[in-house]
Amino acid sequence: MIIANKQLFSGLLIISLFTLIAVLAPWLTRYDPSAIDQAGLLVPPSASHWLGTDSLGRDLMCRIIYGARISLAIGLIAVGIATLIGVAIGAVAGFYSGWPDTLLMRFADIMLCFPTFFLILAVAAILEPSITAIMVIIGLTSWMGTARLVRGEILSLRNQEFIQAAHAIGASHARIIIRHLLPNAIGPVLVSATLGIAGAILLESGLSFLGLGVQPPTPSWGNILIESKSTLGVAWWITVFPGLAILVVIIGFNLIAEGLKKEMGYE
Amino acid sequence: MITYIIRRLLWTIPMLLGITLISFFIIHLAPGKPSAIEQSLNPRVSLEVRERLEKLYGLDKPLITQYFEWIRRIFVLDFGRSFTDNRPVLEKIIDRLGVTLTINVSSLILILVGGAVIGIKSALKPGRLFDSAATFMVFFAFAVPTFWLALLLMQLVSIQLGWLPISGIVSLDYEYFSPWWKFLDICRHLVLPVFVSSIGGLAGVSRYMRSSLLDVLKQPYMLAAKAKGLSQRQLIYGHALRNALLPIVTIVGLSLPAMLGGSVIFESIFALPGVGRLFYEAVMSRDYPLIMAEVVLGAVLTMIGNLLADISYAAVDPRIKYKKA
Repeated sequence: MIIANKQLFSGLLIISLFTLIAVLAPWLTRYDPSAIDQAGLLVPPSASHWLGTDSLGRDLMCRIIYGARISLAIGLIAVGIATLIGVAIGAVAGFYSGWPDTLLMRFADIMLCFPTFFLILAVAAILEPSITAIMVIIGLTSWMGTARLVRGEILSLRNQEFIQAAHAIGASHARIIIRHLLPNAIGPVLVSATLGIAGAILLESGLSFLGLGVQPPTPSWGNILIESKSTLGVAWWITVFPGLAILVVIIGFNLIAEGLKKEMGYE
Repeated sequence: MITYIIRRLLWTIPMLLGITLISFFIIHLAPGKPSAIEQSLNPRVSLEVRERLEKLYGLDKPLITQYFEWIRRIFVLDFGRSFTDNRPVLEKIIDRLGVTLTINVSSLILILVGGAVIGIKSALKPGRLFDSAATFMVFFAFAVPTFWLALLLMQLVSIQLGWLPISGIVSLDYEYFSPWWKFLDICRHLVLPVFVSSIGGLAGVSRYMRSSLLDVLKQPYMLAAKAKGLSQRQLIYGHALRNALLPIVTIVGLSLPAMLGGSVIFESIFALPGVGRLFYEAVMSRDYPLIMAEVVLGAVLTMIGNLLADISYAAVDPRIKYKKA
């Protein structure tokens, strides 16, 4: 079934591969991501350094492999936070309607007014940039889509007979929401979370590229690219490979999302 | 229609309150006073700066008083003075607005025209070569980190081929150019930034245009128009396109915050003196008045954009106002 769905299959393949790379990082490379090698600065891709080295002589492939850990972890956890908030807010708004609905959805509207990058940078300017801070900031600023989605889903099911039946046998509101309503929203939430991971990885890379995300020497795909500004025209590999890693992973998540949509029968 | 507009306008009051409340919350997010952080992070920050910060936000007063003081000053567009050069913040932003507007308006035009053309061509012959190629490109456009694309294009077009200038808004010898050459010089500097900042929107609008037009073509009234004996041309341009173009209005309104946010990255990469780069500089130097002003103004601008999109949408599609009112 999964193999028949080409998009889902190839997406899962790409993401499993990168997850494996991230998990097995120390066994995949014989270099240390922050080991400086004065003798081998800006070495082009070769037999000993497959993807070349940077201006401090650090092995680029090794840094990209370790960067996969950071980028994937940030994507997953940030979206985990966003999904939890989004589902909770959407469920309450959809189930109770009336003023809680108005209040919560207007709050989402207001949050959507802020240019995400402005909001994230403003917070990053105040807090010390750290990996945890980035996960939390991205999570707190990207729950709105999920909230709207869940609210819509619950709103359309709220008055159906099986929910009335649940009310009639005396099920608590929390039970009705968690056991009866939310399982129906899993599909769309899963799709938006998958797309969300891609978005979060892109955000993190942009943030780190501007120097306000993951701080060197910890490698992330975004902050490896900082150096490409000064090595433009000198060391093409520093620009090409980290970006390629981001591109392929984003494609992977987008493929999974497309495949899931198809699998669940809505386009 | 009038009631709908009034309702929408009234909603902007709580929205504005919310926007300022969240922005205010951000300044106070920092553990302790913003002035204390400023000092602990940067030992060179003098007592004078610290006092200025405390005075600006009235940090010695209760939070509620601080908030209303701040709002009162925002409503008369007083955002305070920049920490870096003591100029009024609003003046600094207005100085930089021209560049950002030029880039964003140009890319908006490119997005709308290009997106519509690609979307229409795809929808008229779905599944054919052009459509498949467009689908493929859109897939890449959605996944590519735009700042990386910018770096690649700088490397290829500006350094290797030498066709376009690598960064900045004007050449070094700009002063000595004739007016015509000055214009051309600026255009040459804007080609890459405009192209790169349009990629995402181009992909989105062309996809939207495609599905919207395919949707309209399936409608019974299109069959009726066909039965009436209209030519393919009249069918598409006279009946289908008008209806298919409607949702694009909303897309433009919704894409405003992303465009503003994106300008931070593009203007930093291409060294363009716009509000995005100003924001980046403000963040790097922790120029709080400037940061807050841009966050609030960015959000208000987006709100106005959405409002205009909603109203113009209701104006062209009478179904909306009955549904929402």
